[in-house]
Amino acid sequence: MYVIVVGAGKVGYYLSKRLLTEGHEVVLMEKDRRRASMLTEELGDVVMQGDGCEIRLMAEAGFGRADTIVAVTGDDEDNLVVCQMAKRQFSVPRTIARVNNPTNEELFARLGIDTTVSSTALIYNMIDQQIEPGQIIPIGALRKGNIEIVTVNISESSPVLGKPVREIGLPDRALIISIIRDENALLPQGDTRFISGDSVIALVSAQDENSLRSVFTESA
Amino acid sequence: MKVLILGCGRVGSTLARQLVQEGHTVTIIDLTSDAFRRLGSKVKVQRVVGTGMDQDVLRRAGIETADVFVAVTNGDNTNIMAAQIARQVFEIKKVIARIYDPIRADAYRELNIDTLCTTTVATSLIRARVLGDERMKPFETVLSDMDSEYRELIGAR
Repeated sequence: MYVIVVGAGKVGYYLSKRLLTEGHEVVLMEKDRRRASMLTEELGDVVMQGDGCEIRLMAEAGFGRADTIVAVTGDDEDNLVVCQMAKRQFSVPRTIARVNNPTNEELFARLGIDTTVSSTALIYNMIDQQIEPGQIIPIGALRKGNIEIVTVNISESSPVLGKPVREIGLPDRALIISIIRDENALLPQGDTRFISGDSVIALVSAQDENSLRSVFTESA
Repeated sequence: MKVLILGCGRVGSTLARQLVQEGHTVTIIDLTSDAFRRLGSKVKVQRVVGTGMDQDVLRRAGIETADVFVAVTNGDNTNIMAAQIARQVFEIKKVIARIYDPIRADAYRELNIDTLCTTTVATSLIRARVLGDERMKPFETVLSDMDSEYRELIGAR
């Protein structure tokens, strides 16, 4: 894949390195000259100094043939404009923007950004989960947030231990999509039985999250 | 008319002063209260400190009852984002943004934001001067045409 990362802060930097390791073609754009030249020393001509919102530079960076644009500068407004311009002027198939202000997640989706990532929201969810009893950890929310993807760890005391999937009494609006067991991802069948240490990945409607929790975890 | 202006720089403050002198209700938002000094102490403008890209700040500044939203900060992207929020979230009918980059100005004009590109305006006027193009009128709008308190403000005779 040809990926252009705009914003060479820590997120952009580590993301680019990871993409390069995995064999993708990457351009990392950074506005600040000093930062850009520092990174060029390490990453070579993967780094391009310049403003990712300036059309001439976007053309030079090859936005026209990019598969994905990732805008991870520290400013939501810059990330927004990079992605909007990428779509409109260069028809980039996929745009990903980071937002710092969680309320911009919805706004960006409305304005045509394909994927928005709010680190604040993700970390908040983790903190939120620390204070809640039980072992359900949300790992994502689909578009409008009505359906969540959650993971539940099956402990020694779980009421579903040894039971087959079809008998555990899942709420209607929940679906188990995978069981992670010993680093393998299983596609569960109706007769797959739960063992301690399993990690269950499920889709559940937001309203039924608590019912799902009570199926898998011992009530307090 | 109720006008909400984002950015109390030269344009924002001059615009605010003129509109108030013409009898309109003006609120102005800026990141720092220092910027409000450009307004002078006499003019009746509601001042809000904050970022115009934050919906809570915009609400506090009365965007829900505004007739017009004007984005004239120094940052093109800030103006672009704030203008889109005003249009999409608060459905303000008249949204105007000053954009320095001609290409971005064109791109967002197509998205129904009324963009003014001072770069192209200035370039065409100056070019006319350079080429001695007599068809273009002289571009001297002076501050005293726009601001009735201006002379008083600087103690001019």
